[in-house]
Amino acid sequence: MARLTIDRAQKRFGSFIALDDVSLDVEHGEFLAVLGPSGCGKTTLLRQIAGFDKLDGGSIRIGDRLVSSAETHIPPEHRKLGIVFQSYALWPHMTVAENVAYGLTVAGVRDPERARRVAAALDLVGLNGFAERRPGMLSGGQRQRVALARCLVTEPSLVLLDEPLANLDVHLRASMEDEFARFHERTGTTMVYITHDQAEAMALADRIAVMDRGRLLQLATPSMLYREPANAIVAGFIGEGMVLPAAVLSAPQAGRCRVSVLGVEAVVRCRPDQAVTDRAKLCLRARDIGIVAGGHGGLSAAVERLSYQGGHFRLEARPAANDDVVLHLDAAEPAPAQAGEAIHIAIHDGWVIPEHGRPDEAA
Amino acid sequence: MSLADTATMRTRIEETGLLWGLVGLVAVLSLLPIGRLVVEGFAPGGQLSTTALGKVLTSPATWTATANSLVTAIAGTVLAVLIGGTVALIATLTDIRARNAFTFCFVLPLMIAPQVTALAWLQLFGPSSTVLKLIGLAPPLGSRNPLYSREGIILLLGIQYAPLVFLTLRAGLRALPKELIEAGLAAGAGPLTVLRTVVLPLMTPPLVAGIALCFVSCLGNFGIPAFLGIPGNFLVLPTLIYQRLAGLGPGVLSEVAILSLLIGAIAMAGILLQDFMMRRRDFRITTTSSAARPFELGRWRALIETLLWTFAVLVLALPFLGLLTTSLIPAFGVPLNAATATFANYAYVLLEHAASKRAFVNSFLMSAGAALAIVLICVPLGYFLVWRKSRTLRLLNLAAELPYAMPGVVLAIAAILLFLRPVYGISIYNTVWIIVFAYLARFLVLGLRPVVSGYLQIDRTLEEAAQIAGAGLPRRLATIIFPLVAPAAVAGALLIFLTAFNELTVSALLWSSGAETLGVVVFSFEQGGDSTYASALATITVLVTVALMASTNLFAQRLPQGVLPWRD
Ligand SMILES: Nc1ncnc2c1ncn2[C@@H]1O[C@H](COP(=O)(O)OP(=O)(O)O)[C@@H](O)[C@H]1O
Ligand SMILES: [Mg+2]
Repeated sequence: MARLTIDRAQKRFGSFIALDDVSLDVEHGEFLAVLGPSGCGKTTLLRQIAGFDKLDGGSIRIGDRLVSSAETHIPPEHRKLGIVFQSYALWPHMTVAENVAYGLTVAGVRDPERARRVAAALDLVGLNGFAERRPGMLSGGQRQRVALARCLVTEPSLVLLDEPLANLDVHLRASMEDEFARFHERTGTTMVYITHDQAEAMALADRIAVMDRGRLLQLATPSMLYREPANAIVAGFIGEGMVLPAAVLSAPQAGRCRVSVLGVEAVVRCRPDQAVTDRAKLCLRARDIGIVAGGHGGLSAAVERLSYQGGHFRLEARPAANDDVVLHLDAAEPAPAQAGEAIHIAIHDGWVIPEHGRPDEAA
Repeated sequence: MSLADTATMRTRIEETGLLWGLVGLVAVLSLLPIGRLVVEGFAPGGQLSTTALGKVLTSPATWTATANSLVTAIAGTVLAVLIGGTVALIATLTDIRARNAFTFCFVLPLMIAPQVTALAWLQLFGPSSTVLKLIGLAPPLGSRNPLYSREGIILLLGIQYAPLVFLTLRAGLRALPKELIEAGLAAGAGPLTVLRTVVLPLMTPPLVAGIALCFVSCLGNFGIPAFLGIPGNFLVLPTLIYQRLAGLGPGVLSEVAILSLLIGAIAMAGILLQDFMMRRRDFRITTTSSAARPFELGRWRALIETLLWTFAVLVLALPFLGLLTTSLIPAFGVPLNAATATFANYAYVLLEHAASKRAFVNSFLMSAGAALAIVLICVPLGYFLVWRKSRTLRLLNLAAELPYAMPGVVLAIAAILLFLRPVYGISIYNTVWIIVFAYLARFLVLGLRPVVSGYLQIDRTLEEAAQIAGAGLPRRLATIIFPLVAPAAVAGALLIFLTAFNELTVSALLWSSGAETLGVVVFSFEQGGDSTYASALATITVLVTVALMASTNLFAQRLPQGVLPWRD
């Protein structure tokens, strides 16, 4: 049974629709990332789950308990979940230990049980020497750990994290990422992890929900999301996909079909029910295309820019067949061409974006 | 019902109970007194009647006092705007040094009781002036103290309330985006041109707000016209009400109710005019955006600093010197020198005089009690106002401003009307409790403003984190919210304490034997001709006030900017 079920959730601020019919469910023990650009409604979604705001339509269930709908509203203090806030929200007037112990005190847990569990939680996040410090005396990473310990000490079955790493420097981010992953493995807690960083989402999540402008675009495993984006927006957002107009020439066979794109033909992946059409969209990634050795065949394009990425070059090229698109592709050292020179590009792989991709279709 | 539903129910009951409790409390403190007053004015004893109304409106004393009130309030406001406006522009926009110290000194008169200001100035001038005698400049005996006049009242009102204009204007100037000034300068205009064409036009709203506030304060002031006007029989509306009530007793309540409605109506007219002119209210507490870089005064700086400090010394140090010297002589009129100087007056007011000793205890306990109670009301009130955005309470927020915007006598008369007869068998008339009630009603908003700006500065996720941890509202208030807004609440409590501790307007009408306040005792000493005792007592209150104001330096870093008027 799903731990968290959101059914056609609607949230408006005045006339602005912040959540537009969002439906998703999170399995027991699953690590779900909610990914989307800033302002797309991720925090709003999390606040609905937590119960800080009242839903305008649809429903939210935690386990089999209805917690939010247009009529019902269980206040946050009775939802029994944990949150790690983007700003950490550590109480400045309490020590680290008092911060962590708060939820236990509220629940009526007394010493020595409480002290034992606080110590265990601090141990878990590697902060056992810091119990008597004030949050103000801690570094960003340490605050993050305190927030995590505070959220976990009561052992909630559902934990929400709102961009928990956004305020940390790159270095710390990587090590905290590891920590979250290990932590999820150890406790088996259901987690909803909000982020705008797709690398983070890909690395951590069992499944990713991609959002844009208040809508859920696709809910799928990281690999599905990358390989089979359900629509053009997801294709463009995830992994810098290039979306090109194409014509599907043949019915699919073993998951592939023949397409015509930028004046050349190629065999690419597609859905088993992909229809033959001349108004399809093709998603290409940098690794799907490459320079043809010898300089013949493929599609011809002019190199516009060349940037060194360490070990390989990233090329931007404008195809002769269509001036409006820019292709990017990687090439190993030494540089195969200079800016302004013509190259020939072969298409090895690609994905035909389904015409009416439903958000959860590929899941 | 399942367990979860019961818990949800309990939460809801707790929250709505608290909310409606607050709504009721604010209504009782603000709407009830004013409502009672209106009823008394038009339907004394529950019967619609115009007898009292006719009597008051046909009395020439009414219209003389009204005219006097208007003249002194308007002229006092003009003076306050000239002084406060100039000082605000210089102190906020230029690079003068020691800004904090100057602000402290300049705002000090606002925190000192008007009757103490009046007393101090009286001691400075006049034939018996100890200071003038020291330097041999005292006017001949028998000549009249020039301050016993309309002009004297106007002068002191102007000085007393110049800081109000200063504060509103400074808040406005600080919120002025610096780009606007820089754009003017970049276009080639000189600083004075920018001031005239950019800054001043944009400062209209705070200036108008300051003017309205100042006008209402001058209109409602009791201490200054009581000390300077009553001896020369120059009466304004508050002193007329006081004389009627003190002379004739509660029998004239309906008449004074109408007089206080009259003064309330004039005050309302002032506030409405302001509202009309700017449509938006100014709460005096605004946070800074990036403030404009100060204009460099260059070689003028020393001169302007000298002028500012000379002014501060003139309006602050000299009168206080007058007060101090008078408090040190054995009898009024005796010159002060090494042989005559004595602490006997202090010993008398602190140790011997029964009413004065009581007044210390009363004023201290009532001010502290009111400050504490108001903070306890304001923390949950601010919570619902700022974070829950409760609409009912937004309206009541305006209501809470009413008793403070109204002149103090209006509230005092309303309190008498409410409590003259026992309420549910309990009579608080002629006890300290009626004064406490009036303090709660009048100063509620003084505590609310700092608390509200405190809430605006706190990240609400701190509360939400506690909510997620399972804490209900009462627990969150006690363990999370209260500690977080504590600095702002303490600032509010301090403002209330200082204002109530120095207050005379309300207690002059509500005091009774055994329930004297410091203001009342200073007033009766002076009325009885005991200027030396009055001065000693007043000196003590000034010292307490200054000490408390200075003590705020200890926690000033943790306060939102602007909640303590005397902090830059
Ligand atoms: N309380 C609110 N009132 C009005 N608009 C809001 C409110 N909260 C969020 N929004 C709007 O909803 C949109 C989504 O916000 P949010 O959920 O915070 O985005 P993000 O994905 O960056 O977390 C934004 O356009 C934001 O301006
Ligand atoms: Mg967000």
